[in-house]
Amino acid sequence: METLEQIKVRAEAAISGVRLELLANGSVATQSSMLVDPTHAIALATFLRDDPELRLDYASNVTGVDWPDAVTKEKVKIKRVIEGVEKEVEETIERTRPGYLEAVYHLYSMELKHGPLVLRQRTENRTDRVHVASLTPIYRGAEFQEREAYDLYGIQFDGHPDLRRILMWDEFKDYPMRKDYVEPDDYEYEPTPHDEVLEKAQRHYPEGGQP
Amino acid sequence: MSEQLQEPDLVPPHPPGWTEEKVADGFSVPATPSEQPGFQISQRAEVRPGLEGEYLEVAIGPHHPSTHGVFRMDAVLDGERVMKLKPVFGYLHRNHEKIAEMTTYLGSMPYTDRLDYFCSLTNNWAYALTVEKLAGLQVPERAEYIRVITAELTRLLNHVCLIGFLTHDMGALGTPLMYAFREREKILDLFESLTGARMMCNYMRFGGCRVELPSGWLEAVRLLVDGFPRFLDEFDNLLSTNEIILARTQGVGILSAAKAINSSVTGPMLRASGVNYDIRKVDHYGIYDRFSFRVPLGDHGDVYDRYMIRVLEMRESLEILKQALRDIPGGPIIDPKAKLRNFKPKVGEAYGRIESPKGELGFYIISDGSANPYRYRVRPPSMINLTILEDMCLGHTVADTVVILGAVDIVMGEVDR
Repeated sequence: METLEQIKVRAEAAISGVRLELLANGSVATQSSMLVDPTHAIALATFLRDDPELRLDYASNVTGVDWPDAVTKEKVKIKRVIEGVEKEVEETIERTRPGYLEAVYHLYSMELKHGPLVLRQRTENRTDRVHVASLTPIYRGAEFQEREAYDLYGIQFDGHPDLRRILMWDEFKDYPMRKDYVEPDDYEYEPTPHDEVLEKAQRHYPEGGQP
Repeated sequence: MSEQLQEPDLVPPHPPGWTEEKVADGFSVPATPSEQPGFQISQRAEVRPGLEGEYLEVAIGPHHPSTHGVFRMDAVLDGERVMKLKPVFGYLHRNHEKIAEMTTYLGSMPYTDRLDYFCSLTNNWAYALTVEKLAGLQVPERAEYIRVITAELTRLLNHVCLIGFLTHDMGALGTPLMYAFREREKILDLFESLTGARMMCNYMRFGGCRVELPSGWLEAVRLLVDGFPRFLDEFDNLLSTNEIILARTQGVGILSAAKAINSSVTGPMLRASGVNYDIRKVDHYGIYDRFSFRVPLGDHGDVYDRYMIRVLEMRESLEILKQALRDIPGGPIIDPKAKLRNFKPKVGEAYGRIESPKGELGFYIISDGSANPYRYRVRPPSMINLTILEDMCLGHTVADTVVILGAVDIVMGEVDR
């Protein structure tokens, strides 16, 4: 298979307005990935599937990844004038990277027997703008896996024909695979909580310890 | 006399208000699902006399013996024919991925046994392979051979059980299944003497295997491999040309090659549709490039082909086993540099996959440099093979649905995770 750089050049020539970014992978596996904006994801997937040299006709793995807000601390040396004397002072700068959710696709070619090409889409944040494009219209095999990513991560796949919860029950509210998911006090309803469950439940009770 | 003969004509042939056309329409055979474009669940057929054409919504499962566990199919039926079918699962969901993200890399190795509890050794291998890919570990020669031997034994075990269950689904209650379980017991005995457990083996480690082979184990495997073709011939003679099996499986649940590829179907189901894609041949993971074996391919993509592919794959597995038993070298079984405790791979990610008996089993792991994986994902072949279940069942009877589901080969531990 061509390198990701070559694919990027050709894809950008073929699809007008597509923004692609290559993300390096630090591990030994060196499976670097390609980041695409959700508006052009369908066009890119169609290109990857139909291009005679790529023919990535098989979406093997589709999943979500949660990246919460991250604070990175960096020590920088800055020259400052303190009491008339210029001194080099070490300061810590805090950078906040806003969190996002990520949908990851591993594409292979069954016809030409090569791969994988790792394709990623990112949402704008983790709360209300959690939309990416569904690739189910191109790869039917992504149907259940996108539903699973929606179920466990809360990624909204626009254009998915049947986006419902798949593993959790329909009435379930939260997204359990997120990093900040809080487990419920008790998995099954107990009218009279006792022992550990009561201890946990009392945190939510008003003053006095009674529900 | 002639007037008397004509008398019956005076009796009105239909209830009042019915014309000839209405009666003919009311009792005609309803259109087949393929002739009804754009069928929707809300669209109800007109209620006609005699109940023909009335759709019935039925939940097949979750506690039905033919669904292989707690699996439900919400079906819309027209008489006996399936018009719509939605698989519903998740009853066994315990969020394996979250549990694995909360423990160390090694800590989730025993838990992978519980995914597809028939094939714990291939699950172990897929996970070990991915972590080795992530961290760049080398596996000693002898360990690679042991992995191939155990994986091929697992394939024999899985396929033989699947055929047993499939015949059970068709109504051959007991006998073929017991024949299959007799052979399965022999393989489980081998696993027990090697790993200490019959099903939850927990045998692979990153960079090798856990324990050395017990004395006489390879001889025992050789004995099993020598005796297995006799059983296979017997099974083949009993089942492959059995009239009932032919009638129940041929032309049932046909899946075209293009559809199979597009819906990410893998494993024997894909090859039954005639697509030559075996990850042992494509990726050459482990040492599979050293063995000569063939990849059986189906012609029609129906249930019979799926059954036959498994019989033929077992014969090829025996070929691999013979070659592996002949060539297995001595030496260490685990890389002496491999760290089991305090194992922290570099920051990065890896996707590794193997050809498990049910299809492509993949693991996707992201490391953030700590002792726990940041993201741990299992690509379950049984769940993804169910994507196309509805398309295969449409237009068939409920009894055929059971057979089609049986030939997909699902294990709920892996579907729900």
